[in-house]
Amino acid sequence: MAQSGNASPVIETSDLSLTFETGDGPVHALSGVSLTIQKGDFVSLIGPSGCGKTTLLRVIADLEQPTEGAISINGMSPHEARLKRAYGYVFQAPALYPWRTIGKNIALPLEIMGFSKSEQAERVRKGLDLVNLTGFEKKFPWQLSGGMQQRASIARALSFDPDLLLMDEPFGALDEIVRDKLNEQLLRLWEKTQKTVVFVTHSIPEAVFLSTKIVVMSPRPGKIHDVIDCNFPADRTLDIRETPEFLDVANRVRQGLREGHSYVD
Amino acid sequence: MLNALWHGKTLPVLAVSAVLAVLWYMGSIWLNADMQRDAFSNAGKTDFTTSELIAGTWSQERPKLPTPGQILVELNKTILDTAPTSKRSLVYHGSVTISATLLGFLIGSLLGMGLAVLVVHVKSLDRSLMPWVVASQTIPIIALAPMIVVIMNQFDITGIVPKAVIAAYLSFFPVTVGMVKGLRSPDPLQMDLMRTYSATRLQTFLKLRVPSSIPFLFASLKVAVAASLVGTVVAELTKSEDGGFGARLLAGSYYGQTIQIWAALFAAAGCAWVLVTLVGVADRVVTKAMGARP
Ligand SMILES: Nc1ncnc2c1ncn2[C@@H]1O[C@H](COP(=O)(O)OP(=O)(O)OP(=O)(O)O)[C@@H](O)[C@H]1O
Ligand SMILES: [Mg+2]
Repeated sequence: MAQSGNASPVIETSDLSLTFETGDGPVHALSGVSLTIQKGDFVSLIGPSGCGKTTLLRVIADLEQPTEGAISINGMSPHEARLKRAYGYVFQAPALYPWRTIGKNIALPLEIMGFSKSEQAERVRKGLDLVNLTGFEKKFPWQLSGGMQQRASIARALSFDPDLLLMDEPFGALDEIVRDKLNEQLLRLWEKTQKTVVFVTHSIPEAVFLSTKIVVMSPRPGKIHDVIDCNFPADRTLDIRETPEFLDVANRVRQGLREGHSYVD
Repeated sequence: MLNALWHGKTLPVLAVSAVLAVLWYMGSIWLNADMQRDAFSNAGKTDFTTSELIAGTWSQERPKLPTPGQILVELNKTILDTAPTSKRSLVYHGSVTISATLLGFLIGSLLGMGLAVLVVHVKSLDRSLMPWVVASQTIPIIALAPMIVVIMNQFDITGIVPKAVIAAYLSFFPVTVGMVKGLRSPDPLQMDLMRTYSATRLQTFLKLRVPSSIPFLFASLKVAVAASLVGTVVAELTKSEDGGFGARLLAGSYYGQTIQIWAALFAAAGCAWVLVTLVGVADRVVTKAMGARP
């Protein structure tokens, strides 16, 4: 699609494998994963539970070390990229610090990265506005619903404006309506900022709506089953979910997921 | 009204206190009766009634077990009716004990926290230091206290400091153990978050480990402040010339002044209760500021 004029790989993995040595034998969380993600791509990882989506994201983020294969982020090792604060990570759980207010939680990365106090305040305000939490700045996490907490964690990951966003089922805990709304907001944000996004989801419509590339994964060992390109116009709205083209891609994803499953049984 | 009392703490506490008091008075009769009979026969009095005997057991000068009433009278006399500067005043002795307790608590807490920080951050110290910390508490303090006093005396360190050191010896331990646990309490996800920001060790320490450790710290501080008071009293048994509850206990047992011993014991327990409560209040204030659920 027309998103990336001068495409350069942001993430490049070749034959990436990761085996966890556990008490009851090795777990092959990733096996032979080769994937190239260009600047400005919106890549969704979809697949059944336990197929290694989180693990792949954690390898990209240098939170987990691959046992085999190569990976580079912006031409650097994940470790160097992490030290350069190349990415923002939204975890599967909100992981807010309970002793910090919502505002202070969003300011956490800014404090660590040494933003000025006024800059912090401004960014926190913008972040709260973006995820519709204005007015909750002074509340503590336990005073918010799970979905609101997750939105706060999204604002936190965006607060320092990283070029690469790694999002692990960020909308999993939200109801359908809020989810739709945040999907559209995320799309607008991506369109506006040209960020590269790697996005884990269990929802086929969500993946098709948001992505330029859908990576279908299959479990045991976790590997890439299919990569489906998906180039809807950048200014799309939720309405396209009714179009035949959309349903066509969605069907291909569903087909891929089915094959991945039957592969095991 | 009665219902509220019963479901609140007041009535159960009162009921238990009343039962204890009754048992106590009966215990006094039982333990002091022999001596009372001797006293009557020495005075040539043979035709005493049971009620005279009981009244006697409750009003001896040096009973084996004084009654709560006698202890209260003694407390009243030595706290309210004696000038606080007098060596007979429990307020005077209390202030001596409390000042050493607080100094010891301060030293012990700082030492305990320092050790915890080292143990958590230096891998080799976890294995090499922790066993010593544990071993230090296996030596009975009553055996150690005189040695500490003598050795410090050798270096011309006298007065409040040796007592505070003994108090600190007892109080650093719970702080170290609690704080190590607290500093290690952040869950893996909270730690991962810091990694994604490539936070420095110092930042992770200040913004994650320390706040996580606060509830653990306060739980240990409550134990530590009580241990500190015990340590001070033990030190005062060795080093009784400066006064303090320990000196008062020692003098009381030397002269067989059981009422005085019990009064000093109760005063010490009261002080410990106040100190633990104060730490509890500080705990509540801090955790509230840190957004704990009410
Ligand atoms: N730290 C670990 N130690 C051992 N095994 C692990 C560890 N982390 C993940 N695994 C295993 O690796 C496999 C992949 O896990 P992963 O969390 O990546 O799955 P996922 O695709 O994110 O699943 P879900 O959709 O449920 O989040 C699973 O079988 C899991 O049990
Ligand atoms: Mg996962």
